[in-house]
Amino acid sequence: MSDMLVTLALILGKLLFIFGVVLFMAAYLVLAERKILGRMQLRYGPNRVGPFGLMQPLADVIKLLTKEDFVPARADKWLFLIAPGITAVTALLVFAVIPFGSPLEIFGRQVPLVVVDLNIGVLYFLGVSSMAVYGVVLGGWASNSKYSLLGGVRGLSQMVSYELSLGLSLVPVIMMARSFSLTDIVMAQQSIPFVLLNPVAFGVFFICVLAESNRIPFDLPEAENELVGGFHTEYSGMRFGLFFVGEYINMVVLGSLVTVFFLGGWNGPWLPPLLWFLFKVLAVCAMFIWIRASMPRLRYDQLMNLGWKILLPLSLVNILVTGAVLLGLG
Amino acid sequence: MIATVMFYLLGAVALGATGLAIIQRNPVYAVIYLVKSIFALALIFYLLGAPLVAALQVIVYAGAIMVLFLFVIMMLEVTPTNASTRSAPGWVQWAPVLLLALTLVTLTLVLIGLDPVTSEGIPRWHATPRDFGYALFKEYALAVKIISFQLSFAAVGAFHVGMTERRRAQLEDQS
Repeated sequence: MSDMLVTLALILGKLLFIFGVVLFMAAYLVLAERKILGRMQLRYGPNRVGPFGLMQPLADVIKLLTKEDFVPARADKWLFLIAPGITAVTALLVFAVIPFGSPLEIFGRQVPLVVVDLNIGVLYFLGVSSMAVYGVVLGGWASNSKYSLLGGVRGLSQMVSYELSLGLSLVPVIMMARSFSLTDIVMAQQSIPFVLLNPVAFGVFFICVLAESNRIPFDLPEAENELVGGFHTEYSGMRFGLFFVGEYINMVVLGSLVTVFFLGGWNGPWLPPLLWFLFKVLAVCAMFIWIRASMPRLRYDQLMNLGWKILLPLSLVNILVTGAVLLGLG
Repeated sequence: MIATVMFYLLGAVALGATGLAIIQRNPVYAVIYLVKSIFALALIFYLLGAPLVAALQVIVYAGAIMVLFLFVIMMLEVTPTNASTRSAPGWVQWAPVLLLALTLVTLTLVLIGLDPVTSEGIPRWHATPRDFGYALFKEYALAVKIISFQLSFAAVGAFHVGMTERRRAQLEDQS
């Protein structure tokens, strides 16, 4: 009985830990992004609230919570209200299978630092992340506004085009690790991370992850110059905040996935595993921000050409080559 | 015990959502209910000890096919249809529907008669992705090949149809 209680307490503890850390990181990524973007554009970024502007996320939350939660007159009310939640929840759900450290010894028992170590972890990630698009699409459709609808349709076609290459770019990783489990994939990279063994897969995966996160250069669903705010044009207050936070949670989650699949997860010399993991995730997020500061938005036909004519054939060829090499090595 | 209760709950959700998907006038709602039903089905697969099938169900049906449906609905701007007031169809028109319904009801009754959780429905080797892969590509290799051939035929056919459309459009442009 007490054994079961300890197990339950450990699971709850892990859930709370992940929830807290991911939300905290998402909130401060917003600030980090604004600061880094500011510096790259030769300005300061937010620095009024608290020392170095460190209380800015709190101020933002208070502002968003006190704003009016507005539903457009002819919008589809229920879908409009639910859509931001879908985005944020699906982003958080992916974290359930991400191992963020080597197993710990607590109360004399081995505790793996992952919520559930599914033997279909990679497929779980693909399934849940393909659900994320429903938030964007339903939000855009339910707003009953032409800008939102256009944003939603763009989000849809973009996801459909890049989901395929995303999945295919992971096939070489699964072939090299010989497992769908994310923990096994990290274990397989103990000596050499997969980014060195298969840089092509890493490149394709990274580009697809950028597209998945709807960030520049793939932010066509919300292209503010043409579509006002795209799918979230009609949203205000904390519901807009949920879309916004969802995007940054997604950044943390996708950064963690890049780390797990290609950068060797928590493996690394000298430092404790948790710190290594955190460091790698933050490095990937910094890459995202850097890319946003230095790239223009793709044109729509360029987006489709890149996805269907370059990334897809490239990842297919990569699977064949990886398979041949693995066979050759025995 | 918990598994049995969950099975019937999920089954009820799946049936209800599918029914709602059929009777909804608004196509977007229909798609959403269908996605719900697919989710419930995937969870049932998971409950029955087939996590791989559950994951594929979500990825392929909810994540790809339904997304495409939604895309087409949004692109074509399908608006909710109003009830068409046609005269009541005669028994000839109803016969296929009734037959199908009868078959489905019988099948459902038979399936309900079997206890889903305790019965040895799915052999052990379905459980892990590795064993599933071995079974699929060794024992059923021929069937897999035939299906993949069919899919490539379909893809080539679709490509051909699309090409002729485009060529016709080009010809019309020139003339």
